[in-house]
Amino acid sequence: MTKTIKLFLAPLLLILPAAFLCQGLNPASLLKPAINSWPTYAGDYSQQRYSHLTQINQSNVHTLTLAWVSPLTAGPGGGVRTSIGGVAEHPVTIPGSSSGSPRLAGSILQVNGILYISSPDNAWAMDALDGRILWHYWWKSRGATHIGNRGMAMFGDWLYFETPDDDLVSLDAKTGKERWHKEIADFSQQYFSTTAPVVVGDHLLVGTGDDLDSPGFLQSFDPKTGDLQWKFFTVPMKKGDPGLSSWPSLDAAQHGGAQVWMSGSYDPETHLYIFGTGNPTPAYTAKIRGPKTYSNLYTCSIVAVNVDTGKMAWYFQTSPDDTHDWDSTQSPVLVDGMFHGKPRKLVIQAARNGYFYVLDRTNGKHLLTSKFSAAANWAKGIDASGHVDRNPEKDNTVPGSLVSPTNGGATNWPPPSFDPQTNLFYVTLHEGYSMYYLTLKDPRRLMGLGGSEQDVVGSLGTFIAAIDYQTGKVVQKWRVPGSNIGFGGGLTGLLTTAGHLLFDGVDNDLVAFDVASLKPLWHSHIGRVQNAPETYMLEGHQYILAAASGSVYAFCLQ
Amino acid sequence: MRRHLHYFEVLIFVVAMGAFAFAQQPATKTPAPSPAEAQGGRSHRPPAYPPHPPSPPAEVAQGKQLFEANCSFCHGADARGGETGPNLVRAQVVLDDQKGEIIAPIVRNGFPDKGMPKFALNDGDIAAIAAFLHNQPLANRGAPSLLDVLVGNAKAGQTYFSEHCTTCHSVTGDLAAIGAKYDPKTLQNLIVSGAAHESRRRGPATPKVAPTTVTVTLPSGKTVTGKLDHLSAFVVGLTEADGTYRSFARNGSVPKVVVHDPLQWHIDMLSKWDDTDIHNLTSYLVTLK
Repeated sequence: MTKTIKLFLAPLLLILPAAFLCQGLNPASLLKPAINSWPTYAGDYSQQRYSHLTQINQSNVHTLTLAWVSPLTAGPGGGVRTSIGGVAEHPVTIPGSSSGSPRLAGSILQVNGILYISSPDNAWAMDALDGRILWHYWWKSRGATHIGNRGMAMFGDWLYFETPDDDLVSLDAKTGKERWHKEIADFSQQYFSTTAPVVVGDHLLVGTGDDLDSPGFLQSFDPKTGDLQWKFFTVPMKKGDPGLSSWPSLDAAQHGGAQVWMSGSYDPETHLYIFGTGNPTPAYTAKIRGPKTYSNLYTCSIVAVNVDTGKMAWYFQTSPDDTHDWDSTQSPVLVDGMFHGKPRKLVIQAARNGYFYVLDRTNGKHLLTSKFSAAANWAKGIDASGHVDRNPEKDNTVPGSLVSPTNGGATNWPPPSFDPQTNLFYVTLHEGYSMYYLTLKDPRRLMGLGGSEQDVVGSLGTFIAAIDYQTGKVVQKWRVPGSNIGFGGGLTGLLTTAGHLLFDGVDNDLVAFDVASLKPLWHSHIGRVQNAPETYMLEGHQYILAAASGSVYAFCLQ
Repeated sequence: MRRHLHYFEVLIFVVAMGAFAFAQQPATKTPAPSPAEAQGGRSHRPPAYPPHPPSPPAEVAQGKQLFEANCSFCHGADARGGETGPNLVRAQVVLDDQKGEIIAPIVRNGFPDKGMPKFALNDGDIAAIAAFLHNQPLANRGAPSLLDVLVGNAKAGQTYFSEHCTTCHSVTGDLAAIGAKYDPKTLQNLIVSGAAHESRRRGPATPKVAPTTVTVTLPSGKTVTGKLDHLSAFVVGLTEADGTYRSFARNGSVPKVVVHDPLQWHIDMLSKWDDTDIHNLTSYLVTLK
């Protein structure tokens, strides 16, 4: 531990409870994260991904330069000091997991000068000053969908991450040795786990995913022991459960999906953990999920659960009766701001379906719905309660329907950002089109994601969009050059800073923009950028951190 | 990743071919998958979820007979649910079961409160039923459509063609016998996409399209034109007619960069199409054999 960090932490240590006089992370500090850390999935509980740091700003960003780069290799053969865990007798071999270049598409924690990095089945610790790898952990996988890993959580000296084959693994942050692992979902039901867990007090909030008609849920574990504290199902599971009348049968509800595969936000005042839920299943037909009057609760919803009790406080369904696999798991962003002349505590989401929602986060009251993807053509309009009215002609049809967004949606997991200086909400936006074909006429056969073929037929482009949350209007839009004619368009998620900058990965470039005009000011061609950029202070320098092509890159001023 | 549709990257490699559904979207990834991989081939990878060990076909056939005789009245002939019984293929007990050991007590005891009677079947019979259930495909992902997409009016399609398409296309020129070259669904996708750009080319062979070109006008007034190689906010790269590769740093609007996309009409049409016109055009173009 360096002198500078010691000095900075000295006042913090005084307020730590005795039990946490250690090098690690006091969970109470997550309520107001130190500027020299990135201690949780989104940097803080609000998910604004806005940093108060100003050392790097518009006047000097052109001198931003590489501090170090550290390439990583997945699997047992590639790391230094690899410790191995997992229960698989015959672990599957998957490039990017058991060997090769890892997909670093998650958040990287930075606590006390150490970076904690994860990818499917892999975790690393790295010195944040020079990128030296301190330890590596590899999980022997049974299989499952290896689609990504969104990062780790930390509590004291302990780390937590989820494996694709549904284990929650706790590591000793100092050594990378496994403390315990615990099955969090049923592999035989084809669950797969990608979510970055979130620590709130003495709760560890854990989500998971599934594409086979299995019920969604959020679980809370004791970070010390791994014992289950509560499990909240996002669909009705038994007679008498709320929301059951929105399904044609209990069996349909129990197989209705609503997976919780992205991290939620936390409101310390109300003790509410606010998260989005996934699509209903079977995904591509509403027929066995009931006629249109059945909304299939609590799929495609923003849901608030009390972290102490695991009970739902409120919900708002963004897409009743979805038929396109457009979930609403996108980061809900907490903002305290004026809304139509009154100060309000808000939660804001730009959803995969191309619509933008503003709610009162204390009670779930709907305040605004707008369309942020101009191309979205699947709905007839917005009803009085703020729900989007689906047009059945734009479902999957036998002869094919031309629909925007594509399956990936108008936006997806790449995190948005809210800048309190511009008062704008920034989000990545894809205005693509697919032909959506129904491939099976018997709705009983459309299990999971079956029964649909979707052929991408073009795009109006990929954008960074800035939205005024009071009107829902897109007030600024930057198109990735060539993204409408097949030349790129990969965006990885946003970071805004008090230096009036917005950072994003754009294809093979890490780019800094003027946050007001969205004019690019600086870039570095570092390879395929994989995650949303992050920032923190270390030894007097502000760093910008991003992962690209399996390597971690750190930038600071010259 | 069972199937790839890379978020925000779709245009790089997928046009006029299967786009791949996933509830969660994969991260950006390099390189793009091979066409076989993107179409669900994935022969070099193990299945994400190990299937039940295959049972002898005779046992599956016996199980099918027993299922039809005892179970299909409620659960449907394909076990995917009927009037009263739920879908068994996706039921947790069936997914957890290996050889009938979990199914057996349920079959023998029934669920009297839910209306399921007891069945007096022996271990061998129940193992055969389990084999039949485990042999059912789980999601039909990747199954090609066998349904007929031709619902349009060919005459109306011909009228639309003559009014909107003949500036660039001719049914006796570039589109001669187009109906014999592609299946109707591929042809329909091509009507909308215009065909794959060279850099988007993946999947089934698509018509040759003139390359996207770019003209760069330097501050001196000199212009350089060539085939567009890559384009970002910072660099434009092109290949001149004699094969020389050149690139230029971009700083805002300097130098001036003008891209000529032969498929611009198709991009402009994306937000304007009526599905009926698409269906009519398809029904017309398939007649050109």
